[in-house]
Amino acid sequence: MSDARTEVLSRVRAALGRPGAGTTPAGLIGAAPRDVIVPREYRGAGEHPAGSPEVREQLVDRLVDYKAHVQQVAEADLPAAVATLLSSLSEEGQVTVVVPHGLDKAWLAGMGDGVEVREDSPAAPLPASELDAADAVLTAARVACSETGTIVLDGEPDQGRRAISLVPDVHVCVVRAEQVVQTVPEAVRRLGAYPERPQTWISGPSATSDIELDRVEGVHGPRTLHVLLVPPS
Amino acid sequence: MSRTFLGLPRTLRRPDDVAAGPDEPFGAVPHPQAPLRWGDAFPEAARQTLKNGQLRRNLGHATQVIRAKRAAVVSEVPDWEALRDAGSALKERVMAELPELLAELEENVTARGGVVHWARDAAEANRIVAEIAKAKGADEVVKVKSMATQEIGLNEHLAAEGVAAIETDLAELIVQLADDMPSHILVPAIHRNRTEIRDIFLARMGDAPPDLSDVPRELAMAARAHLRRKFLSAKVAVSGANFGVASTGTLAVVESEGNGRMCLTLPETLVTVMGIEKLVPSFEDLEVFLQLLPRSSTGERMNPYTSLWTGVTPGDGPSEFHLILLDNGRTDVLADTVGRAALHCIRCSACLNVCPVYERVGGHAYGSVYPGPIGAILTPQLTASTGGVSGHHDVNAALPYASTLCGACYDVCPVKIDIPSILVDLRAREVDADRSRRGVDPWAAAMKAASWVMSDGGRFGLAGRVATLGHALGGRDGVIRVAPPPASAWTRSRDLPAPPSQTFRQWWAKEHGRPADEGDDE
Amino acid sequence: MRIALAATCIADTMFPGAPRATVRLLERLGHDVVFPPGQACCGQMHINTGYFAEAVPVVRNHVETFAPVADGEWDAVVIPSGSCTGSVRHQQAMVCRRAGLDDLAATAEAVAAKTYELSELLVDVLGLADVGAWFPHRVTYHPTCHSLRMLHVGDRPLRLLRAVEDIDLVELPDAESCCGFGGTFALKNADTSAAMLADKAGKVRATGAEVLTAGDMSCLMHIGGGLSRQRAGVRTLHLAEILASTREEPTTLPPARVRETEVAR
Repeated sequence: MSDARTEVLSRVRAALGRPGAGTTPAGLIGAAPRDVIVPREYRGAGEHPAGSPEVREQLVDRLVDYKAHVQQVAEADLPAAVATLLSSLSEEGQVTVVVPHGLDKAWLAGMGDGVEVREDSPAAPLPASELDAADAVLTAARVACSETGTIVLDGEPDQGRRAISLVPDVHVCVVRAEQVVQTVPEAVRRLGAYPERPQTWISGPSATSDIELDRVEGVHGPRTLHVLLVPPS
Repeated sequence: MSRTFLGLPRTLRRPDDVAAGPDEPFGAVPHPQAPLRWGDAFPEAARQTLKNGQLRRNLGHATQVIRAKRAAVVSEVPDWEALRDAGSALKERVMAELPELLAELEENVTARGGVVHWARDAAEANRIVAEIAKAKGADEVVKVKSMATQEIGLNEHLAAEGVAAIETDLAELIVQLADDMPSHILVPAIHRNRTEIRDIFLARMGDAPPDLSDVPRELAMAARAHLRRKFLSAKVAVSGANFGVASTGTLAVVESEGNGRMCLTLPETLVTVMGIEKLVPSFEDLEVFLQLLPRSSTGERMNPYTSLWTGVTPGDGPSEFHLILLDNGRTDVLADTVGRAALHCIRCSACLNVCPVYERVGGHAYGSVYPGPIGAILTPQLTASTGGVSGHHDVNAALPYASTLCGACYDVCPVKIDIPSILVDLRAREVDADRSRRGVDPWAAAMKAASWVMSDGGRFGLAGRVATLGHALGGRDGVIRVAPPPASAWTRSRDLPAPPSQTFRQWWAKEHGRPADEGDDE
Repeated sequence: MRIALAATCIADTMFPGAPRATVRLLERLGHDVVFPPGQACCGQMHINTGYFAEAVPVVRNHVETFAPVADGEWDAVVIPSGSCTGSVRHQQAMVCRRAGLDDLAATAEAVAAKTYELSELLVDVLGLADVGAWFPHRVTYHPTCHSLRMLHVGDRPLRLLRAVEDIDLVELPDAESCCGFGGTFALKNADTSAAMLADKAGKVRATGAEVLTAGDMSCLMHIGGGLSRQRAGVRTLHLAEILASTREEPTTLPPARVRETEVAR
């Protein structure tokens, strides 16, 4: 194994014309590349601040374009909104929802008898078959980007293991206004504070364009994405 | 007239390269032993695919759709050109600092509990994956769509080792079920329309509903049901990677369907095969590529899912992570100061979608898992150590000529790879490689003669006057309908005007000139 | 202005009408046109086919022939071709450097800096949009690939055409798609080239234009050859031939091949 490592790195050095490195497999020795300065003239931030009405409006527009469902819900009304949404998922009134162990318990306060809440944590993970049997998952988010309609989860206790927001067919995600930034660079800056966390960037429900490059929503990931957007309090 | 007169490579079909017969119900594309060199040379392969009217309609439709989508989402980004400049420079920096960045990535992945392997070539990478799968007792692995694993022929190798590789991307699944070959980097089944896909599912999927229609949504649902159980039970997954962040050891997979998330998250063991060129220096650099890639590839503001992971995260996702860093010809590409820019490619496929040649002939004509303009510059270079740029005896030598140099690919490339210039440069490399060969190449002889004539106004003026003697060939309407070779290639579908009775410089000498203006007195 | 004309090898020998019209147009606009007789070819065919070594003497001849423009003997060099201008601007110096001819490369760059494609010269250097032309015909315009993507001439040719009196300018659908010529591509990949040509010719015919125009004789030879074979009744004229046309001295339409039945009528 170390042989391959040594040889590949030696080939790379030869390709770049560094001395004493032998040749590439085709017997080539390359020339040193020029020094490169990376121009960063692109926008590092948008014109609207995080959580502003403009970015929230743009986020809603983008999400709807992806065929996600969006509601703007005041903090105080979240429990009722969550309860109504979840109970509407089943006509029989029996719904199983998975939640990460660090989720704000206040969000579950309005839940009626018909909703069974299953808590998941890295220490006590639900098996994949149980996730598959669940109707929905409810999570928070880490950051959202309005220009691209993207919500990012980074595995913190209120968002949970990656599997829980993947296997159930309905994902209900609560996004707070202050988490919404306009541009991708702003989102990456926030995420870059903890780059080692596993991240899932979600832009609408799962989709495919593999048949005649026609977009169809709903494949292996959740076929339905509900976003509850909480305006500033 | 022999085709070598036109400088075409001799068509060497290697019968041992072809594993299956051409009697496949869903396509005449058998699985080759060499994913970077199969079938006839481009001109002949294209001649065959051009006859397939269904293919041309499917491709024409699909490429038109995607071109319009891309144009719309690119036009709404005010700093698109600045992003391209940054992406291009970042990739150039990666190549310049590749030894250091690879070591940095390795260190960071290892520190986070991952295991890093190095593979000099396809065989070595395949062996590593097979050993891991067997060590885990897996007779089945689920796969995320990956060009690197296509390039090394991983599925065929695993099959030979008794491990079934299950493609989970919808288009890859279609290709796999049809026993076909991919024809596009992003949408490997782009050459199939919905009705063909329905027929493939009904015949090969096993659990497809018998009343399956050809509505894309229903087809996608059939794939979902078919793969669900596999995802929930698989022990080992194999993926590629779109980006590897050197400074953090973070890997990224960009996808749409959620099959990627399933593979990257649910199985206990994840093996990622990544070309050594796929690095970005730091985490913040993702802000450039995650804007460029989705808009260029699927024509979306953002693809539905992007997964980022760093080594192993206890309690979340695979407990074992292997990263295989693959050379397989990349260092030969890197050694060419012009051609190395081909390694900047982020596999978006925008160049395929806008290419007027690709649009007509389809991906299979390129005889490589990398088709289209990027394939025409990447495939010959990746196969350099086995003759890919060593002149006309190799089928891959025809690829740099599979372009009109129209430049549409360069215009859309998110990392500004100057594909036309690299095509021209590769042509020069092929020509130079041929110079050492014995025997007379009529094409080279013609170029040499033309060079002599065209490097002097007097000689050229004389040649022009001689050509006017052919004026009468055009008959009453001044048109030549049948010409001898090599011009016969022209007159098969086009008329050729007969030379005029007077060249421009003859007219000029008469109207404006001093005698010297005739040019032959110098 | 004193303007040196690079006629291009293909137009000089096969399509003299284009450079003749360029001369007629520029002289009508009050400029002196010179035709340096040492010229032959810019080297593009050799370069694009990969014969760099053979291209060097061709490039050297072009650069040395037009070197006086760098010293101010002429104000500009005009080429009635997008692809030849593109080769002068983007390829000649590269080929010289590869051959270790740095001085020649420097001269090539100096010449290239004062070399313009016809529509660039008219719009950017001479500041014209209306050249006072008259051409009472239905015309469609094909933006050739190298004009469009190598030189970025943009809508300059269309602006010039729109200003032509009595012209009926119709849009060519899918105009920016390549016609399939590509120099030796048309021979080396004749079948693919023919497939691209068939689509382009179909789009041209659908416009109902009498005349197809472009800034490159090579592309026009290709599309025109296809239209002629189809007996489409559409002629090809170089942009210069339309812009040179006036009421006093109109450009006459060349004969067009049409369907036998129409000929019989």
